[in-house]
Amino acid sequence: MIENKGRPNRLGIVGWLAGGRWGFERYLYTLHRVTGLGLLAYFLMHIFVTASRAFGQEAWATAMGAVTGPLFTVGEFLVFAAFAFHAMNGIRLVLVELGFAIGKPIEPVYPYRTSVHEQRPLAIGVMILAAILAIAGGIGFLE
Amino acid sequence: MRDQGLWTWHLVAGVVILVLLGLHMTIMHLDEIVRVFSPSPGEPIAWANVMARGKSVFFLMNYVLLLGAALFHGLYGLRNILFELNPASGLKKALNAVFLVGGLALFVFGSWAAWASFTVARGA
Repeated sequence: MIENKGRPNRLGIVGWLAGGRWGFERYLYTLHRVTGLGLLAYFLMHIFVTASRAFGQEAWATAMGAVTGPLFTVGEFLVFAAFAFHAMNGIRLVLVELGFAIGKPIEPVYPYRTSVHEQRPLAIGVMILAAILAIAGGIGFLE
Repeated sequence: MRDQGLWTWHLVAGVVILVLLGLHMTIMHLDEIVRVFSPSPGEPIAWANVMARGKSVFFLMNYVLLLGAALFHGLYGLRNILFELNPASGLKKALNAVFLVGGLALFVFGSWAAWASFTVARGA
């Protein structure tokens, strides 16, 4: 992370959503952070729950029994959907960071075009893939 | 320069997670469509299936690598979000220490669990 050079982040977390008129990619940025935090919280619990397998079959059955029920099923689907979104959007972010799908530099001639126009098809494409993945995973939860 | 290096590792860890967690999610949640690495009937979390994967060296390495990559990627991401809120330098140092010690402790615990279940599965 680049160090702040004395310009305070005045909006803080509020700026994730309420900083002005944002484009589609800005909302993906916010959702990427929210899903990342959710996945991290789940992952930290997951480490302890799945560690029960080291203590044998009974401990495993007890641990799995403690995380069973409709609430956990819905929660688990949300985790899967968050994973699908975070993974697909993460691929987009890495591609953009490495300079792919942002177009070539052009003369700044009015009306100006930004690289956002070039990035948009990629953003829409990965969101469609994330939706397909979330629906495919959802089939298992309906069983 | 150090932050640039850590950011690069954050991206590399993301790619590692994409592959390994993608496999994990396929095994656990896409089993109605793609049935892999769950040789016994029933859920992928059924004890027989857990043990079938648990005795594999491939899965032992998979779990430890995924654990390390996910802990680094997740905790470094959280650290960046918190640092954007401009905490005082003392708090930054404390957060760095908490994430480093906490992350290492979780890695040791999770790796121990993977190794212990590997020996349980091999003995079964």
